[in-house]
Amino acid sequence: MAFRDRDSGSYAAGARLSRRGLIRGGLGVAAGAGLAGGLSACGSALSAGIAGTQLAPGTVMYWNLFGGGDGVRMVAMQDAYTRSPGASPLQAATFAWGNPYYTKLTLATVGGAPPDVAISHLTRMQNLATANLLTEFTDDMLSMVGLSPSDFNQTPWEAQKLNGKSYAIPLDTHPFVLYYNVDVCQKAGLLDGDGNLKPIEGKAGWEAALKAAKDVTKAYGASVSTVGDTATSWRWFTTLYSQRNGNTPFLGDGGRKLTYNRELTLDTLAYIQQLTKSGLMPANTDYAGAQTLMFTGKAGFYLEGEWEITTAQAVKGLKFGMAPVPTIFDKPAAQADSHTFVLPRMDRTEDQLKRAMGFIKFLLTQSMTWAMGGHIPAYLPIKNSEAYQKLLPQANYAKAAEFAVYDPPAWYSGSGSNFENITGAQIGLVQQGLATPQAALDSIRSQLEIYARTESPL
Amino acid sequence: MTTAELQTTATVARPSRFDDEVGGPRTHGMTRAGWLFLAPFAVFYILFLIWPVIYMLITSFFNTSMVRSGLGSFAGLANYHEMLTKPDFWGALWHTIQFTIYTTPPLVILSFVFALLANRVQHAQWFFRLAFFVPFILPSAAIALIWTFIFTPSTGLWNEFQSLLGDPAPLPVLGTPNLAMIGIAITTVWWTIGFNFVLYLAGLQDIPRELYEAAAVDGATPWQQIRSITIPLLSRTTTLVLLLQIVASMKIFDQVYLMTSGGPGVSTQVLLGLVTNTAFTDNRIGAASAASVLLFIVILIITLARQIVESIQNRREA
Repeated sequence: MAFRDRDSGSYAAGARLSRRGLIRGGLGVAAGAGLAGGLSACGSALSAGIAGTQLAPGTVMYWNLFGGGDGVRMVAMQDAYTRSPGASPLQAATFAWGNPYYTKLTLATVGGAPPDVAISHLTRMQNLATANLLTEFTDDMLSMVGLSPSDFNQTPWEAQKLNGKSYAIPLDTHPFVLYYNVDVCQKAGLLDGDGNLKPIEGKAGWEAALKAAKDVTKAYGASVSTVGDTATSWRWFTTLYSQRNGNTPFLGDGGRKLTYNRELTLDTLAYIQQLTKSGLMPANTDYAGAQTLMFTGKAGFYLEGEWEITTAQAVKGLKFGMAPVPTIFDKPAAQADSHTFVLPRMDRTEDQLKRAMGFIKFLLTQSMTWAMGGHIPAYLPIKNSEAYQKLLPQANYAKAAEFAVYDPPAWYSGSGSNFENITGAQIGLVQQGLATPQAALDSIRSQLEIYARTESPL
Repeated sequence: MTTAELQTTATVARPSRFDDEVGGPRTHGMTRAGWLFLAPFAVFYILFLIWPVIYMLITSFFNTSMVRSGLGSFAGLANYHEMLTKPDFWGALWHTIQFTIYTTPPLVILSFVFALLANRVQHAQWFFRLAFFVPFILPSAAIALIWTFIFTPSTGLWNEFQSLLGDPAPLPVLGTPNLAMIGIAITTVWWTIGFNFVLYLAGLQDIPRELYEAAAVDGATPWQQIRSITIPLLSRTTTLVLLLQIVASMKIFDQVYLMTSGGPGVSTQVLLGLVTNTAFTDNRIGAASAASVLLFIVILIITLARQIVESIQNRREA
């Protein structure tokens, strides 16, 4: 749920509103009750602000962006921290995800009052680090709480580095995966003796599986959102594009150049269009609609990030499984991002640093709770644990974290960014059959070139 | 500009012509005292209003970044060129004008009608004045909250009312691209009508009773009285209300940010929303300044156009 930026935008505004409304309303009441009352209420905050001291010394301030099921699980992990022996008092705040969150984090850091620890998407922390808003994690800092780089899945660990320095500690990887309806796939003969999906290989294998599922559903083979959710369209395209030999990153030189392989891009777009044109996949369905098709047995497969596991589990009577996106082209790949812990730039005392690192370490050890929500833990002691190996269907797609492909770095790129919106909108039109691959790529190019030409503000 | 203003104020502060004739030293002392009294305000005015405007003008020619100190590299007119060739900018400008078109007529006409009606009430007039003005004192966050509740899809007051009238699937106001701006406009009318209402009420109470009595004696109907006495005598108030309203509507931000954050899609994204996104999300202060300057120019053009229309009207009357 936390990822559905586009289509839940107007309703998310309501949630954001209530908090801001409360704060503003509170200020109004304070002003109404008289200056004296107002001043005494925020006296400590005011003096801390003027003196530039910490608001609540000895406390860990933690910002995150988790709503829905992720939010509930994160609160459970925070509670576990608070209950643990030797824990510092914790002040956690949750904000609406996407641009508003990173805006707040940036302004707080520039303004000199950031939280001690914050969550950031891996593709977004690159920009924060480039803008010099983050503190580097040195090996010394890691060993302070008994961590080392080898404790983490190397794919996200390498991806978070900027100029060879670490600025983030990955919590998870959340790749684009394949969901399947067990009843449909059973009837279509796509499952093995254990009830798991038989391997699907290559274009021929993929199309054969979709046809078999379509014969059962009498509607579609697989569903993926095509309308109203630009991010999903981008994820689907870049997953397939990255599976091809000879693909090059979509953007190069930190976003100053468009470096996609033109031939492969056009061919991949044409393939995506062919899947909807032939009726194997729906041409017009939005985020919720694509889910419903699979949940109600009108499609055998559904493609989306693993976080929709919570939604699928809540559907009564639905038997479903999950697997990495099949290798439809030359090599395995899946679009992904990671949630990471970052330390916003500020002067920290030894104690402050210890508290922050202790908090991060503790949450990492709680990765099992986090994994319930579908995210693949980046912390290997948990990922390799027996408990996680037995956690189904999570463990079935865990290897997707090894071939995760992150969005190309650029000041206008990252999850929920202008880059995803521009490319995704055009890919959506290709899926719907409203634009030819050529027209879509021309439009993407002309829009991205404006950003590529613009000097990076970071 | 500030200097001129301050001196004018100081001149006005002179108590009488007598002082003037008595001459120099005393006047000089008065001027200095005037300056002194004005200083606290002047410092804040320059620091927080004049300087930011100048700074905005300067940064609009540079690649100024939020996260880097200094002005950044010189961009020339690149920021302006970018904004003027960007569909987002023109979309946001159109939505801003759309909002102004939706809100200005009702806010001027309805407030006039309500003031007229409230002015005729003999008993408990205070209640009506209060009732119309109370929403205006609420903060924008509170009114956005109230109206988001009313417009909640399916279960909100408005959608339930539509269901009662027999609409099986009423559209969510804030979730439908061509309804969202109307929803925000209705919220704004409800919220800010009290201000114009009070201005009109004050104007109405300035009109001498005798005029109406004389008209009544001559046999004018109430409608004729309104048309020939009230509306012409309130023309100055109308001019003021109209100007303030257009400027206020062009500056729309709070309600949009709080109720739809520019959505669905970008169907309610207004110019100040674009400016804040560019400045604080994309970290591009320079480009945002250019957009602000362009909005400033648009408001200036509208104000000038209105001024010209008014002076033509005045000439005709004369």
